[in-house]
Amino acid sequence: MEIKQLEQLLAESDFFKDLDPAYRQMLAGCGRNVVFRPGEYLFQEGEHAREFYLIRKGKVALQIKVPGRGPVILQTVQDGDVVGWAWLVPPYKRQYDACAIELTRAVAFDGVCIRSKCEQDPKLGYEFFKRFAAVMAARLSAMRLQLLDLYANP
Amino acid sequence: MPIRDVINRAEAEPVLPDPMLVQPWRVRRLVRETADTFTLELQPQASSGQMRFKPGQFNMLYVFGVGEIPISISGDPAQPRMLLHTTREVGAVTRAMRQLRPGAVVGVRGPFGTAWPIEECEGADVVIVAGGIGLAPLRPALYQILARRDLYGRVVLLYGARTPADILYRRELERWRARFDLEVYATVDRAMSGWRGNVGVVTALIPRAPFDPSSAVALVCGPEVMMRFAVQELLKRGVQPGAIYISMERNMKCGIGLCGHCQLGPAFVCKDGPVMRYDKLADWLQKWEA
Repeated sequence: MEIKQLEQLLAESDFFKDLDPAYRQMLAGCGRNVVFRPGEYLFQEGEHAREFYLIRKGKVALQIKVPGRGPVILQTVQDGDVVGWAWLVPPYKRQYDACAIELTRAVAFDGVCIRSKCEQDPKLGYEFFKRFAAVMAARLSAMRLQLLDLYANP
Repeated sequence: MPIRDVINRAEAEPVLPDPMLVQPWRVRRLVRETADTFTLELQPQASSGQMRFKPGQFNMLYVFGVGEIPISISGDPAQPRMLLHTTREVGAVTRAMRQLRPGAVVGVRGPFGTAWPIEECEGADVVIVAGGIGLAPLRPALYQILARRDLYGRVVLLYGARTPADILYRRELERWRARFDLEVYATVDRAMSGWRGNVGVVTALIPRAPFDPSSAVALVCGPEVMMRFAVQELLKRGVQPGAIYISMERNMKCGIGLCGHCQLGPAFVCKDGPVMRYDKLADWLQKWEA
């Protein structure tokens, strides 16, 4: 995918559509197309977090390996969702696995490069933190509901 | 008043059955839905017996010698000679109910309570949000909507269960999913590797569900906390507070607003509910004491 096409994709995505076009142009230069077959990992727990992903098409399981139980899926994400925020928060380590459960096409963004740009341009940094804070807040809210185990037999 | 007038009036007005009097219904079969839920299929003991009910209403079911509990009707309103009640094995009465065999007789009082606003949904998109066993009281609404499908806009069912093994009416969900005129999205709160469906809370399905919030009517049923969060997401999406209906659950005993056990603020859930409009109930949902 060429940079122009990537810019267009970002302009249409819920996550980036209201970002300043100049920033979207910069971001497009930091992205590359990736494809994951079912069972392939986008990343695994403990790895150094260098990238984040915008899913174009497909489904990805966010999971944690539990000894004796195997991988437990905490959440699935799909078209239009953004995966991976550990590149933004020290110590930049992955907290869980992300494994494709369908053929998944995504754009991988160079988080390390974007982070250094954010350090130089606080407005860009604020735009990114605003967006990723919303992702984290939504996941936290969902996790609270899951913790309540509302459908369990009382 | 002259005696003749009294007699004439009695002839003109239908005599309503005593709501405290149980009617005998016979167990036709008992279907195990999941590890801890089952559906009781009842048919009237009398050949002329039947029960007209509206989607969302409930019955008081009496297991003789054990006790009486309220259970939503989960069958098809178009089949008044077949009562279906899906419930979870959770207390003495449901445990005894689970042991009933075909031919056993239970006492039934009802139907009681308010219904889902099916007529109000005509011309609108309909969003049905169900959590866990909350799908049971919504199933009659879906039957009625699908029976006259052309009267409604988009119809979307969002369903959340605890795990893949806890998904209710699995075969029926598959059939519904195969229809072109019904959008079905299911998710589970937790799953092991190998599950290919969605994982996450049911409320997370609302932002991406295909419906027009400005004209949508939402029917929500599930645990109360789930309903609160579902309503928040529906409001965030732009659904009007007056177009959101929830089905409340309280300690219903008499079924006719007499005993007061199910009082929720100014309302009795058995009589003014269980289906209630969100904007009329919003203040009371946040009150711990209610």
